[in-house]
Amino acid sequence: MSDRTPWLVVERLRKTFPVARGMFGRRVPLYAVTDVSLAVARGETLGLVGESGSGKTTLARCLVRLETPDAGRIVYDGTDVLALGGAALRAFRRRVQIVFQDPYGSLNPRLRVGAAVREPLEIHRLARGQEAHDRVAALFAEVGLDPAYRDRFPHELSGGQRQRVGIARALAVGPECLVLDEPVSALDVSVQAQVLALLRDLQRHRGLTYVFIAHDLAVVRQMATRVAVMYLGRIVEEGPADAVLATPRHPYTVALLSAVPVPDPATQRRRIVLPGDPPSPLAPPPGCPFHPRCPHPQKDDRCRQELPALDEKAPDQRARCHYA
Amino acid sequence: MRIRLGLALVLALVALALFAPLLAPYPPAAQLDLETLRNVPPSVAHPFGTDPYSRDLLSRVLHGARLSLTIALLAVALAVTVGTAIGLASGWAGGLADTVLMRLVDAGLAVPKIFIVLVVLALWEKVTVVALIAILGGTGWFGVSRIVRAEVRAARDREYVAAARALGASARRVVLRHVLPNVAAPVIVIAAMGVGQVVLLEAGLAYLGVGVPQPTPSWGNIIADGQHLLLTAPWVATSAGLAVVVTVLAFSLLGDGLREHLDPRTR
Repeated sequence: MSDRTPWLVVERLRKTFPVARGMFGRRVPLYAVTDVSLAVARGETLGLVGESGSGKTTLARCLVRLETPDAGRIVYDGTDVLALGGAALRAFRRRVQIVFQDPYGSLNPRLRVGAAVREPLEIHRLARGQEAHDRVAALFAEVGLDPAYRDRFPHELSGGQRQRVGIARALAVGPECLVLDEPVSALDVSVQAQVLALLRDLQRHRGLTYVFIAHDLAVVRQMATRVAVMYLGRIVEEGPADAVLATPRHPYTVALLSAVPVPDPATQRRRIVLPGDPPSPLAPPPGCPFHPRCPHPQKDDRCRQELPALDEKAPDQRARCHYA
Repeated sequence: MRIRLGLALVLALVALALFAPLLAPYPPAAQLDLETLRNVPPSVAHPFGTDPYSRDLLSRVLHGARLSLTIALLAVALAVTVGTAIGLASGWAGGLADTVLMRLVDAGLAVPKIFIVLVVLALWEKVTVVALIAILGGTGWFGVSRIVRAEVRAARDREYVAAARALGASARRVVLRHVLPNVAAPVIVIAAMGVGQVVLLEAGLAYLGVGVPQPTPSWGNIIADGQHLLLTAPWVATSAGLAVVVTVLAFSLLGDGLREHLDPRTR
């Protein structure tokens, strides 16, 4: 389906946020994204998995230049995204768009949804007047919404309909790549399936490249061709979706997968329940970031002291673990 | 419902003020008869009675509406404009500019307004209407700016603002299209309520003797005229007092109604 020529490349990306502690406290860095490297091929779907606070959303916002990383590089189709400004940045924004998690918060409550979808056409002067009107109608139809809904306000639509509006707005500029930040996790399960089907159709018809963020592995299984698992701001495992989901290497991925229900009663499953909560990104543990919760039998002092590298554990599949 | 009543009352007040010269039975400063028509209680000839200088109170209250409402509306317009601009700048810029501006606002809010107003007005030789508007508006924006700043900061972090930025919208577009409209509702509500507050403040100032000079009528100086006579001729202070009460009530109703009306979720 896709060759592995990297189209979107992320190299050693780091983003920290200064956080003030206490009333007059000094500012300490919160490590949101640490040394993340990724490569996505054209037309592929990279599933980015991790629990809340693992840095997925920060990474997504860096990819579309909503946040500026502290270090690292983002290269899209050969251009250095972080160096872009002015007209070049505007051109980039037409190529890479984002769909947000909260379909209510991502729509201006005072703007009719038709106007919201029309806005990108105005910003990039892609169409005006009757032509813009028709383009909006076509976009509504493409995402499975009756164009008559264009005069509604966001609060008059259901969650699924609002998310379709969010997708139509992102598509309005004719992007090649969509960063989907948990696009279905706020929706009912039945609606999730419909929106996922829509996203797959759009990908096929428009040849889109997806960076698909989710905390739900079942959703990632349906969508992704490659999977990257994040824990505490770092990639801990990365590889082809089939391989990672069938034979996970990192103990964290193993634990995550053990929590996914399997639709086969004959399968004996052993759920791995991780002890404790993820550590605070304000004070990441030394060594392997996962070691305080790691159930791996070989866990030892090395894990507590030395950060494992993201090494290839199987063909094209890499994991950040000393003993995987 | 509230909005209709509030709007009707406000429009009626504005109409009364506009047409005061036609509606008032006497010129507002005319001393009718110092021998027989001082402190006359309400009657058919003088529905609100007369004041200690034998002037017709109905005429004075009607004409007073022009000045009191003009001062209040212009002062509030000034306060809202300045407050919105500063709140927007502060909330959008953040950082040092935000800290400095908001500490100034804190200082402004910490000093009793009446005190600032009295001190500044004392600098003028004669209190003019323009001076009153400037000082009432110039001290009225602190609260507005703080609310606008809070709303802007909240709006700035909304995902629809992030979506607009990701789409390449200019800062100007983001502010005008996505931030200000969502800030406008509370500002309009404060403005409507503020008119009533300024009418009260103006009346209070005149009562303290720092107001529009006689014989021009304002509700404040009518009340001041009647303050010594509350026991013997209560209608003097009551006439303008009632006008103040009705005005404050009208603008409060309007503000309250607008609050509901402007929320797209309850419309």
